Amino acid sequence: MNIVACVKRVPVTEAQPKIAADGKSVDATGFEYMLSFYDDLAVEEAIRAKEKLGGEVTVLTLGASEASKELRDALAKGADKATVLKDPNWAARDARSTAKVLAKKLQELGAEVVFMGRVATDRDNAAVGPYVATVLGWACVTDVVKLELAAGKGKAWRETEDGVETIEFALPAVITCDKGLNEPRYSGLKGIMAAKKKPIDEVAFDDVANQQSVAKLEFPPRRKDGRIVGQGAAGVPALIDALRNEAKVL
Amino acid sequence: MTTIVVFVEHSKGQARRASLEALGAAKAAGARVVAAVEGSDAQAVASTLGRFGAERVAVFAGDGRVSADRSARDLAALVREEGATACFAAATSSGKSLMPRIAATLDSTLHSDCTGLDLTGGAPKVVRPWLAGKLIATLESSAPVLCATLRPNTFAVQEGSGSAEIVAKPSSSDLKALLVSIEAKTGGKLDVKEAPIVVSGGRGMKAPEHFALIEELAAAFGNAAVGASRAVVDAGWRPHAEQVGQTGKTVSPQLYIAVGISGAIQHLAGMRTAKTIVAINKDADAPIFKVADYGLVGDAFEIVPALTAAVKAIRAQR
Ligand SMILES: Cc1cc2nc3c(=O)[nH]c(=O)nc-3n(C[C@H](O)[C@H](O)[C@H](O)COP(=O)(O)OP(=O)(O)OC[C@H]3O[C@@H](n4cnc5c(N)ncnc54)[C@H](O)[C@@H]3O)c2cc1C
Repeated sequence: MNIVACVKRVPVTEAQPKIAADGKSVDATGFEYMLSFYDDLAVEEAIRAKEKLGGEVTVLTLGASEASKELRDALAKGADKATVLKDPNWAARDARSTAKVLAKKLQELGAEVVFMGRVATDRDNAAVGPYVATVLGWACVTDVVKLELAAGKGKAWRETEDGVETIEFALPAVITCDKGLNEPRYSGLKGIMAAKKKPIDEVAFDDVANQQSVAKLEFPPRRKDGRIVGQGAAGVPALIDALRNEAKVL
Repeated sequence: MTTIVVFVEHSKGQARRASLEALGAAKAAGARVVAAVEGSDAQAVASTLGRFGAERVAVFAGDGRVSADRSARDLAALVREEGATACFAAATSSGKSLMPRIAATLDSTLHSDCTGLDLTGGAPKVVRPWLAGKLIATLESSAPVLCATLRPNTFAVQEGSGSAEIVAKPSSSDLKALLVSIEAKTGGKLDVKEAPIVVSGGRGMKAPEHFALIEELAAAFGNAAVGASRAVVDAGWRPHAEQVGQTGKTVSPQLYIAVGISGAIQHLAGMRTAKTIVAINKDADAPIFKVADYGLVGDAFEIVPALTAAVKAIRAQR
């Protein structure tokens, strides 16, 4: 099976952003990066699909060349090759342009099943998976916590507010991976050595213009200073009083 | 006047509150509001939506089959038919699954999890958290249709006495993915994203069985959901559906109570927009106290039962 995992390199979750002088971009000086949390699950699921059904795993990213560090790690875990769609503008790209650029590449690659993270932890759009699938006319199941894949079709379980849904779909399909789907493996020494010989292509692409631009970035309004209302169970009446008479939530 | 199409979810014969908020947001923007509801039991829900701002309700009764790709196709067709300039859904799991597909069908980009809207002339703008809520972004859209999901518990429900025209719509066929079953949540538990009150427990609860204390406090409020930190979800004490934070759910309840949770930056990312935050922690220096409106320093095993009793007493008085 021709399997692709789409991944994104994002600032580590501890990163404390500064706003640049223009008031609308992030000053990323000193940022460290990681693979978005859910994309690790996507890579793992792609490798498991290969182990079960055979075929090849390509890891695809739209991003900076620096992303090859994260891609190398995916290769060390068992992916076969990687492609970077080199994008100097990746930090400002909107959901539609990201999805359209990826969709075109996925078609070129001849992907049959595509794994993505449920959401990228920098933008929290949760849009690219289903957007890509729609552009390509493919099936898509989002927030998948369990998956059974066979030739030409699959069955996925997704978590919603009302419970767990079971969905049957035909391939090609895009699956977005949620926590619980798998436990990502670590790369071993053997894998790391093997990954050195695996190809990472850096390629250009036809740009798609953004329809979204940042007009302004701000820090969230500072919360009103809080206070300690008491110590131990003896403080409960003071808390109740504050909730009833100040916050008026009781 | 501009038209906005709003996708309204419903469960057990009632419109989801987060969807009513989306109707409210569309109404507050001064638009003509067209609601869309799906399912064989949609008619009853449809007849209530006029009161919440819809002027027209499109009912897709369907054929009993549920498929996100079909829903998106039908909704996008409705947007075109109505000449709508915007399409909203709540940022719930179905809203988030559906709206990117609607946006793609309309060749428009998507604005997810919006907390503010400005459609008063010029390019439409949305406000939304950026980088896990560490920043707030105002975004300008040049998309042909402004497609947005709206964060639950953020926009006001506008209840009035209006009534809506109800129109039946055919559903399309050609389904790429099909819902075959749904295993409903036990005990009709509230979801953390939607509940007006969330009581969350962390590693300070020490063992999974002690979450009974958290559940009892939530039950005492009557309208509260149980949440959890990642530490206890990873330990297998609580299901992932309850995890609050950057790699869990983002919640904006009226009241958030964090019990035995240290307040790591990734946890704060999921709850810092709660209206009122209470922290219960034995460590007076725990970072959670920096965002809490009210803090109680001390042992959760002593405080929580006392708080539960006090809340029960108040509710009994009513
Ligand atoms: C990529 C990434 C993503 C992450 N995503 C999330 C996420 O989505 N959500 C999330 O929550 N975390 C997330 N984390 C983890 C986060 O960094 C913290 O490790 C986690 O939130 C800690 O959980 P905790 O507060 O329950 O545990 P701890 O940090 O161990 O805190 C336990 C607290 O309990 C208090 N305590 C102990 N005993 C008692 C008692 N008897 N009574 C009262 N208080 C007591 C202690 O003082 C302490 O403050 C993520 C981390 C990474 C790296």
